[in-house]
Amino acid sequence: MRKSAANGSTMREPDVPPVRTIVVDRAPVPVTPPTAREAVRAPSSVGSERLRLEDVSISYGGKMAVRSVTLPIHQGEVLALIGPSGCGKTTLLRTLNRLTELTPSAIRLGRVLLDGEDVDELADTTLRARVAMVFQQPNPFPMSIFDNVAFALREQSRKRPRRGELEPLVLDALRRAGLYEEVREELDRPALRLSGGQQQRLCIARAIAPRPEVLLMDEPCSALDPISTGVIEQLIGELRRELAVVIVTHNLAQAHRVADKVAFMYLGDLVEYGSTAEVFEEPRAARTRDYVRGAFG
Amino acid sequence: MSTFVPQLRANRHARAQRGRRSSLRTWRWGDRLVLLGAWAGGLGLCVLAAAIVTYMGYRGIQYLRPGLLFTRPELSASQSHSGGFLDPLIGTVLLTVIGIVLAFPLAIASAVWIAEYGRPRWLARVVESSIEIVAGTPDIVIAIFGLAVFQLSILAPLSFTASGGGVWGKSFIAAGAMMSLIALPPLFTATRDGLQAVPAHMREAAFALGKTRIATIRRVLLPGVRANVATGVTLGISRIVGDTAIVILLLGSTLHIESQGGMPGVNLLRGTGSTLTSYVYDNSPAGEGNASQKAYAAAFVLLLLVLALNMAVDFIGRKHARSTGLGTGAQI
Amino acid sequence: MLERLRRPWPDHRAERALGAMSSLVCLCVVAMVGFVALRAWPTFEHQGLSWLGSGGEVDRQIGGMIATSVHPPASAFYVRAWPILYGTLLTTAIALPLGLGLALLSSIFIVELAPARLRRVAIPVIRLLASVPSVIYGLIGVLVLVPFVGNHVITTSEKTSVQNVVQLNGAGLAVAAVILTVMITPIMVALISDALSSVPVAWREGAAALGVNPMRATLAVTVRAARPAIVAAAVLATARALGEAVMLSMVSGSRSFSPKPVDGVIFFFEPLRTLAASIVEFAEGLGAPALRSTIYAFAFLLLFSAFALSVAGYLVKLPLRKYQVRA
Repeated sequence: MRKSAANGSTMREPDVPPVRTIVVDRAPVPVTPPTAREAVRAPSSVGSERLRLEDVSISYGGKMAVRSVTLPIHQGEVLALIGPSGCGKTTLLRTLNRLTELTPSAIRLGRVLLDGEDVDELADTTLRARVAMVFQQPNPFPMSIFDNVAFALREQSRKRPRRGELEPLVLDALRRAGLYEEVREELDRPALRLSGGQQQRLCIARAIAPRPEVLLMDEPCSALDPISTGVIEQLIGELRRELAVVIVTHNLAQAHRVADKVAFMYLGDLVEYGSTAEVFEEPRAARTRDYVRGAFG
Repeated sequence: MSTFVPQLRANRHARAQRGRRSSLRTWRWGDRLVLLGAWAGGLGLCVLAAAIVTYMGYRGIQYLRPGLLFTRPELSASQSHSGGFLDPLIGTVLLTVIGIVLAFPLAIASAVWIAEYGRPRWLARVVESSIEIVAGTPDIVIAIFGLAVFQLSILAPLSFTASGGGVWGKSFIAAGAMMSLIALPPLFTATRDGLQAVPAHMREAAFALGKTRIATIRRVLLPGVRANVATGVTLGISRIVGDTAIVILLLGSTLHIESQGGMPGVNLLRGTGSTLTSYVYDNSPAGEGNASQKAYAAAFVLLLLVLALNMAVDFIGRKHARSTGLGTGAQI
Repeated sequence: MLERLRRPWPDHRAERALGAMSSLVCLCVVAMVGFVALRAWPTFEHQGLSWLGSGGEVDRQIGGMIATSVHPPASAFYVRAWPILYGTLLTTAIALPLGLGLALLSSIFIVELAPARLRRVAIPVIRLLASVPSVIYGLIGVLVLVPFVGNHVITTSEKTSVQNVVQLNGAGLAVAAVILTVMITPIMVALISDALSSVPVAWREGAAALGVNPMRATLAVTVRAARPAIVAAAVLATARALGEAVMLSMVSGSRSFSPKPVDGVIFFFEPLRTLAASIVEFAEGLGAPALRSTIYAFAFLLLFSAFALSVAGYLVKLPLRKYQVRA
């Protein structure tokens, strides 16, 4: 289309894309705002202190990963460790069950107390029987579902228990992990045939079968799809009743949904610790405020 | 940010401290036995190897004189002062050369074909299975097969024909051909694994530049797997040097290298002889001679040869790993 | 003509040439089975499978074959080679479990227990043991172990008690089985330790986090995950043990005698013969047709057993496969 300007030169009008009309044939569905989804965080009675970190510092090969952290962890509550990548939250988590000892160059200062006892005084196998861990990538053993869940029960005991003794414990653990209904018919199938979300719930069942006191979870949902994530978050809410849960997550929304207490770590330092409402809505440190608002991370 | 905190040194907890480990008392009995057995087994094997090498070294130094390496063997009643094992030494070298020369093109061609082409699929599977079968066949069966082949009248020119018309079937070329069969699997496997470990983007880059597949193989891939090929060749040489059954059956076990017929190069191939391994066997109580001293000396030289080949494989592997970060396919 | 060869080849021609060369190997295998079977046929033709049974003195039967003519009658093929078969099975049946146990324990040692410096020593040591030629094992056996057993372990009364039947001079089942064990163990150690060290770290970490002690974790997870490799190692070692000819011909006593377990301790000192060693020992007599077909029958049996072993190994690994990670 050409239009002539007042001074006589011709000018091309730029081509505009045609306007498209969208026909709406159904009413839009309102999205539930996050604050309304309180179901996961049902109020629970906060129990006694199970774990306590006192002035814990960890270094790997000369480089500090965690600097002087003091934290309590109570029965019946979920503690979320949040912070950007590399800030030491996973290292801190792994030191709670002394898994950092598997790395030769790890040095830990300070004390970790489990029910008042120094964990260094306990045998490492005893400690890990009381403080269980679930990893980021589901890692079921190459055995059947039953054998996976029964693993800790079988291998922690001096004499190998018979299947009849194990079966009620295994089924109970599967129920508590919310996997029972899906696998009840196929307990002897290979565990690696399950889907990702099911495998992670299997790992949770395997971890809680020996009735630990504390459950450590290292970004348990980061490798899973949203539906499985939702199921596991629901699970955490229920598990919280019987044990203390410490969860490391880089997903702020997940921390908000799931946790009772939040500890924010930045480059090895514990910057802020408080209840979820405090840390997310009225953080004391500026850095916390920046992080939870998404300014970095 | 990540700083080294000075007080880490001063603090008495600063050694890489471990908390308490579970005491052995909580272990099951079977596990304790396994712990004991594992230590015993591991150390025992090391001690055994040391014992074998030391003993052979002791006997070897006792009986090996450098002159032995360069003197031809002699038949004589007094075994300790008569002759050396030059001929068997030459025999070993000759067989190795023949075996590798015959195995090399076949192994490389098969490895390249499997790794780079491999169509039709059924043929690839058959070829790989065949090579596995050859690898798993005992060398005595390969030797007896060699006898069956080389005793055919068609192949009479390849060995000696007795006056009665029976083809002798034993010659360097016969033994060498069978040696190539036993050197083939290690060479094939090392080359094929090396080719398969080459990342896809190298091939794709070459194709993107317009090279044909075969040119890529010749100019890009094969030079890249030189270390794997070297490892495979060394492993093959190692197998040839150490083999006795094929030599006993197919080389005629004559003390001296006896050439057959008129033509200078060919008659050596048609001739009979012995190698270090058959020399050791013949001089042991199991063979005809009873010259254990000679047997020890030759066995010592053989062991040194094998040790040197082992170290060569090690060396190639380390050099290659350093330069590329990939392995060479050498097993433990 | 040379021009055409020197110009860069088009792909399809290269592919076909390479494929043809690869097929030569298949041809070799077919030829091997064919020739051995063909030469072994007369024994099967005249004896059926009964030559595997027992009856009479094998050595004498074979000795009789050497003198036969070019076209021997059917009776010349008579042989009952069960003692030789029995000797083969016996040595392998003793060496394999011993070797497998030793290899498993040593692999656990190398992968899990050994401190780093010791591990760096142990690996070349195992490789050395695997590459020592069998004739050297045989030499040490016949010059060191056999006299030792003959003079210091077997008592004179034991020797006199059986001297009417067989001579006990040390060369026999015990020495043969021990050396055979040492020969097959390094191969298995190589395969098993490879498999143990490639078990994913995630499983080992998971087992540790569940509070099981390190040995339990190793046995219940790592070794269990490596079961297919253990089976493969056992199959390979059995094939090697069955095919071992030279060492056994030097230390096994070379008498076609069936060691009798009822003899008590003497059982371990009785001489025997194995299939592979017999081929080596009777190889000079290959001119005689009857002996030739008997020897080729032995070889055919070995070939067949190698095949059967691979198939058996494959079948045993099959149910294990469903529990493994699909890579």
